[in-house]
Amino acid sequence: MTVPDAWYLGLSAVLFAIGIVGVIVRRNPLVIFMSIELALNAANLALVTFGARLGSPDGQALVFFVMAVAAAEVGVGLAIIVVIFRSRHRLSVDDLSLMRW
Amino acid sequence: MSFLFAGVVAAALLGIPHLLAPRRLTPVKMEPFECGKDPIEIAEGRFPMKFSTVGILFILFDIEMIFIWPWAVMYLQLGWFGFLEMLVFLAVLMLGFLYIVRKGGLEWE
Amino acid sequence: MTPIPAPPIAWNALLPILVLAGTAMLVLLADLLPPRESKQHLGALALAGIIAALVIALVRWGTDVCGFRDMVRLDGYALFFDIVIAYAAALVVLLSMDYLRRRGAESGEYYALVLFAACGMMLLASAGDLIIVFLGIELMSLSLYVLAGLFKSRRQSSEASMKYFLLGVFASAFLLYGIALLFGAAGSTNFERVAAAAARNPHDTLLLIGVALLLVGFGFKISSVPFHMWAPDVYEGAPTSVTALIATGSKAAAFAALIRFLTTALRPLQPDWTALLWILAALSMTVGNVVAIAQTNLKRMLAYSSIAHVGYMLVGLVAGGPQGTSAILFYLFAYVFTTAGTFGVLTLCERTGGTPEPDGDGAVDVREYAGLGRRSPALAFALTFFLLSLVGIPPLAGFFGKFYLFGAAVRAGYVWLAVIAVLNSAVAAYYYLRVVVYMYMREPEGAAATLAPSFAGGLALAIAFIGIVLLGVMPAPFVELAQVAVAPLLR
Repeated sequence: MTVPDAWYLGLSAVLFAIGIVGVIVRRNPLVIFMSIELALNAANLALVTFGARLGSPDGQALVFFVMAVAAAEVGVGLAIIVVIFRSRHRLSVDDLSLMRW
Repeated sequence: MSFLFAGVVAAALLGIPHLLAPRRLTPVKMEPFECGKDPIEIAEGRFPMKFSTVGILFILFDIEMIFIWPWAVMYLQLGWFGFLEMLVFLAVLMLGFLYIVRKGGLEWE
Repeated sequence: MTPIPAPPIAWNALLPILVLAGTAMLVLLADLLPPRESKQHLGALALAGIIAALVIALVRWGTDVCGFRDMVRLDGYALFFDIVIAYAAALVVLLSMDYLRRRGAESGEYYALVLFAACGMMLLASAGDLIIVFLGIELMSLSLYVLAGLFKSRRQSSEASMKYFLLGVFASAFLLYGIALLFGAAGSTNFERVAAAAARNPHDTLLLIGVALLLVGFGFKISSVPFHMWAPDVYEGAPTSVTALIATGSKAAAFAALIRFLTTALRPLQPDWTALLWILAALSMTVGNVVAIAQTNLKRMLAYSSIAHVGYMLVGLVAGGPQGTSAILFYLFAYVFTTAGTFGVLTLCERTGGTPEPDGDGAVDVREYAGLGRRSPALAFALTFFLLSLVGIPPLAGFFGKFYLFGAAVRAGYVWLAVIAVLNSAVAAYYYLRVVVYMYMREPEGAAATLAPSFAGGLALAIAFIGIVLLGVMPAPFVELAQVAVAPLLR
């Protein structure tokens, strides 16, 4: 018995929603960042599922690019977090309030 | 032929350091899992930022494997064009590595 | 085992991008050589690369090549944007050379990152496939995130970098999920295949959700209301030369991809997205201009005004057709010169000398410009000139940009939108002219900043100045160029 496509897509949609909600409700930049990565991987799951349904390798090829880009994002993001942490010794997006309106 | 070459390269990579590199066994190095921290410790608290710097650099190079792996699977069918293309890819990657080393990104102290 | 044939490589289709990427790597390598006293030679090298890309784009004008399974397309449209982007990047490099030294943040990677960002922008301009759009946006944005945090010791700079990064990656997640859903709906990420799928079944749920998510992602990148909240903070916190690049190049490139995507891939859905963009345009113009009135920080004011300008450009997209679309291209051209010039004056006026305090702003408060007309007549004149062009006073470039945009909207029957746009332009005049009033009619309070205009900075301002005068005095040839450029999209 194979798992129907709709289940994968449902899982992907749920993961994406969790990621988006995580970005909105969490206050730690690291956790926000993890939530965004979750959303990106939800997109990857959708790409692979659609690729399998269409019988084309394109979906998987796209996922490779997305993974490489996500790794670059991790590199840049963690570096920025390190810089912020060095100057403040605390991590919360509520502290990022030097500039308002 | 390719497999033989690959075997030679792998053996050389394992063997040459064995012959050339100095071997200084310290108690830290003899630990079963040596990573710069005590293996048995309460898992909270902070650890030095240096680890994350090295971690960031590691991720960048690690993820390039996703391009090398499918290339290696299809290596014979891709022929010389694929080989040259991978050389260009690795050259760009090595440029980045050279940049990190020269800028002191991997210096511990 | 059957050998896989080597795919053809269309070098031609990537030529300007390859030149820029090669130069960026050369800059990185040159930075490894034994250090010199100044890094200006790296800036000169970067500038040479940008000029080479510009010359290639000019020489190739009139050609149309596709490559890599139609993923990349270097047609007149892409070349037009390549030229705009090359100008923006060149002006930014010229402005940075002495600005960075004054702020004590000279580094080789700065120039390399500007070049990589320009690569991403050009990739966006010639994208014929959604995955290229994604890669282009990421290449551009990742470089800009780092550039925004360049002044590591200044807390606002790292804060801007963090905000830009988190919101930018958040937008990328939306964009990517939209791409995934479109891939599922159309079976391909190629623009033309998407168009075929949309024509077959225009109200496919998967397709519509995908398009909505994609538009959210694009909305963030062009910073239109209601996805604009990152712009003011990032513009304020980032180094001013980087702000200039974010305001000009990244906006032009995101618009390039958005226009091509909407007019080629989503043409069957035009009535739907036109209605949506009508609302976005009206909101962006109004919110941007009204909030800009309340700003005293010039960089923040320009951020809100740039949101308003996005609204004006969306008016052209709503109007559609060759007139509306070519009007956006002309407007962007004028906007790049004007905005680069404005931020250029700001970089030259930023407080100099001594070690800047970690949280200290440069001279970016409007009050610090009091009396500039007497202290530095040339700079004050240049800033007045650029601001008047932003207002849209004839015969400057900004006037003709607005004229063509709003004219296209009226001709397409969107009279109300044109009325909103004209009213907004009048509101905008208030806060732009306030700066001019400060410069010429107020006495400076306390010690005035000393100004240190440099040759490179002066050259950048002169180029922007000449560009605006040219576009304003004889707009007709440039409008024709823009019309030639959009022709391949609307076939």
